Amino acid sequence: MKEKPDVLQGTLALMVLKTLDVLGPQHGYGIARRIEQISGDLLAVNQGSLYPLLLKLEYEGSIASQWGASENNRRARFYRVTAAGRKQLQAETSEWEQTAQIIARFFKVKAEDLP
Amino acid sequence: MKFLRRFFIRLSNFVAGRRADQRLREEIAEHLAFQTEENRRAGMSPDEARRQAALKLGSAEAIREHQHDEQSLPLIENLLFDLRYAIRMLLRSPGFSFIAIATVALGVGATTAIYSVIDATLLHPLPYPYPSELIHVQDDLPGIGAQDVGTSIPEWRDLESSGIFQSVAIAGHGADVNLTGGSQPERLGFKAVTPNYFAVLGVNAQLGRTFDPQDTTPGYNLEVVLSDGLWRREFGADPRIIGKELRLDNDVYQVVGVMPRGFRDQGSTSDEQNVDLWLGAGYSGLPFRPPQRDLRLNRAVVARLKPELSIAAAQAHLDALVASLKKQYPADYPAQDAWTVRMIPLSETVVGGVRQSLILLFGAVGLVLLISCVNVANLLLARASARGREIAVRQALGAQRTRLIRQFLVETLLLFLMGGIAGFAILFFSRKFLLQLVPESLPHLNDISINWGVLLFSLAVSVVAGIVFGLAPAWLMSRFDVNSTLRKEGRGSSGSRERSRARQILVISELALSLVLMVAAGLLLRSFWELFTVQPGFNPDRVMSIQTWLPGPNDPSADKYRSATQESVLLREILRRSRTLPGVEEAAVGDSSALPLGHSEPDPLPLVREGIEMSENQAPVIDSPIVSPEYFHLLGIPLLRGRVFTDQDVANTPQIAVINQAAARVWWPNQDPLGKRVRLRLDSREVSSSAQPPWTTIVGVIADARTESLADAAIPQIYRSVYQHPAKDLAIILRGAIDPSAIFVQARAQIQSVDPELPVFQAETLNEVLSTSLSVRRFSMEMVAFFAATALLLAGLGIYGTISYLVNEQRREIAIRLALGAQRGTILKMVLRRGLGLAAAGAGLGVTGAFIVSHLMAGLLFGVSPTDLPTFVGVTVVLTAVALAASCIPALRAMRLDPITTLHSE
Repeated sequence: MKEKPDVLQGTLALMVLKTLDVLGPQHGYGIARRIEQISGDLLAVNQGSLYPLLLKLEYEGSIASQWGASENNRRARFYRVTAAGRKQLQAETSEWEQTAQIIARFFKVKAEDLP
Repeated sequence: MKFLRRFFIRLSNFVAGRRADQRLREEIAEHLAFQTEENRRAGMSPDEARRQAALKLGSAEAIREHQHDEQSLPLIENLLFDLRYAIRMLLRSPGFSFIAIATVALGVGATTAIYSVIDATLLHPLPYPYPSELIHVQDDLPGIGAQDVGTSIPEWRDLESSGIFQSVAIAGHGADVNLTGGSQPERLGFKAVTPNYFAVLGVNAQLGRTFDPQDTTPGYNLEVVLSDGLWRREFGADPRIIGKELRLDNDVYQVVGVMPRGFRDQGSTSDEQNVDLWLGAGYSGLPFRPPQRDLRLNRAVVARLKPELSIAAAQAHLDALVASLKKQYPADYPAQDAWTVRMIPLSETVVGGVRQSLILLFGAVGLVLLISCVNVANLLLARASARGREIAVRQALGAQRTRLIRQFLVETLLLFLMGGIAGFAILFFSRKFLLQLVPESLPHLNDISINWGVLLFSLAVSVVAGIVFGLAPAWLMSRFDVNSTLRKEGRGSSGSRERSRARQILVISELALSLVLMVAAGLLLRSFWELFTVQPGFNPDRVMSIQTWLPGPNDPSADKYRSATQESVLLREILRRSRTLPGVEEAAVGDSSALPLGHSEPDPLPLVREGIEMSENQAPVIDSPIVSPEYFHLLGIPLLRGRVFTDQDVANTPQIAVINQAAARVWWPNQDPLGKRVRLRLDSREVSSSAQPPWTTIVGVIADARTESLADAAIPQIYRSVYQHPAKDLAIILRGAIDPSAIFVQARAQIQSVDPELPVFQAETLNEVLSTSLSVRRFSMEMVAFFAATALLLAGLGIYGTISYLVNEQRREIAIRLALGAQRGTILKMVLRRGLGLAAAGAGLGVTGAFIVSHLMAGLLFGVSPTDLPTFVGVTVVLTAVALAASCIPALRAMRLDPITTLHSE
């Protein structure tokens, strides 16, 4: 079986923010699952590193958390994006898009395109 | 921002000891439950589902570690662990800790003490705003070898209008004035200053005002500013003092202001800095001489530079000004004088002569600090071998080397900081006692304080020393080889050779440093002894002096002691009555420059010799005391040729003078000075019929005496008779079996029965004066000697420790040698040879260092060369003897080793 690539360092935070932004409040397991689903199961989230990251984001004020009940009535910790987190997401999204565009251009380039 | 927010949350978690363990555990459990459920839905067996879920999540313990790191501040936490551990280690070996802390306390405490003196003197010399703008302007005539000749009033005006300075002030050096009107006439110290003086310094009065800087009154403006000290002492801090009238030298002055409590005047001596009052003077009207370019006033010129000007730029402007003045007044500034005007930062002039002594002391105390740190490093290394097993076990359990080094460093830093704090505390609580040891002649004595800056200094020194001297032992300690150490059960280790070499280097440097200090102390001691036993050329035994001051009113014609004839009536009566005092055998009178050993700034006069006539501006200057005929006999200064003054040499007989040998040698080389004639400028108050001072004939030559300074064998001097030249600042000199405690009141009664308006002050024996003149030298000698003794003690302890350690390391070898039949004497010699080797290496290095240091301090030496062989040899012998004695104890222990028990116990 081919190894699934791990999530790139630093991009996990962005994925967490985006997931929470799109899907609303989620618990830790939900976030991990969603990221894997969205990536088409191509990515394996290192689930262990997710929780320290969530704590870090919470300390930075990008997300907030509180206890709640899950779909099958278990006590679970739910995370949601704060206004500051949304702003951070926007900023980082446009940065990423820009980087991706530049990289994409480089990949498209052919010898005859250059003067 | 985000980073800060996160940091503060972590910090508060850390401080509160808050943990999110419970929350994390719940989240992990919940996560596993979700995953297990999903796995089961995918068709796994319950056990397999749970196993896969746990695998996917990873190690729960690792996540918790991670989470903990994220939540708190691991660096600080580790530091606290290290600190706790370090405290436990210190408590476990209290003897070691005590010695180490005491050693550091000694080094840091002594360094801090000297620093507090330097802080008050060298680092903060000027208690005025924008001190870097303040300049001392000095006139030199290098062409005729004259320095600091003073300025003239026209030159002062040129400086004022030059555009270089905000303002330029002239200040006297501090002189006597007589305050009358109280229960006793009182002599006060005053400075005559131009009215802009306080504006230049930038200090205002605490009560009333200072002088108006625009005031252009030519003579004294009859306003007086009081010092806080005088205001409290004499006037009970009367808040309505402003506007009151004071009678000073029979003139009436009005009090206009009182200076603030902490105000200290500029100047290099404590006389100049502790002035009682200031009088505003324009320096150009009576009682001063009319302004003239070639009439130089022996006064200090203090100026405040324009803020945008650097000293170098200002000096360039000033040089241009000097050049144009020379062109404009060629007669006043002859080319051969090579008149120059220099600007010196005022801060350099106030510290004056003690700078070199203080730097020497700081250097000496720095060496003591260095030696005590080396000693502690040595102790730490010694302990490292005892702790080899502990370190090896911890390494085997996975401790990283950096982590170990950090921990050792924390231990060392704790030791040094505790030592530093202990040293500071001892200093703080003994400061009153220590300040008594400082000589009173040290400038800024009252400003020495143990303040926050000093505390900061001692902490900084401890931390820096701790890091510097803790790193090497920590590094060496962390290099234990785990395997061999554990296998040998800590009997010795492969790193020990390296450590023992490090220890030997430390001991050698300790010995070298203490040799340097001992040589410095030895040279100072010898200089002091030479000075103390030098033949002063006069006999100070059983001699006392008492001073008085004849008031000089601003209008010379109102002066009842204006002429020598008028004054001689008073003086002869005072002398007659003094001889009747109990115990007095001889009595003489002189002015304050005749009083031996630096009672006043010498006020030299230009000396114009017959045959080599020149203007006063170009004439060389010479000290010229004024004395009564009995003076030379009383002080035991022998007459070599000609005669001394008699009571018959008076104002209307020919003017005569007596010179010392040095003056004869310098100004009349290979000639007979008797009968030569000179002109000496008259005091501005003296009555003179002609513009030119009269010719004075030299009638006698006396032997040289060290009356100016004990260190100077021969300074040219020309003496004149008080019956021919009146003097205001008088010293009555008495010889005999005098009771020093009673004489002041007795003499005052006699003097005031002649004239009740005369102040009488400062009764002291000449031996006291002699001893005071050596006080700064004595202080620095005692301090350096104390430091050297400390250094020697520390070095002895160091060599003792190292040799003991070597013997301990080699006890197996020694035991085998003994078992094989080695003589005990051979073992003793073997160990002593190690000690001697260390001492020789240390002495070799130390002699080289001492050679350099002794040349640097050549200026502080007297009568002994910087390469004085007896000092170097003596010190080396003492050091070697101490090193041998210190090695003797472990050597004897090695000799008495019992081979059987030693070999059994291994």
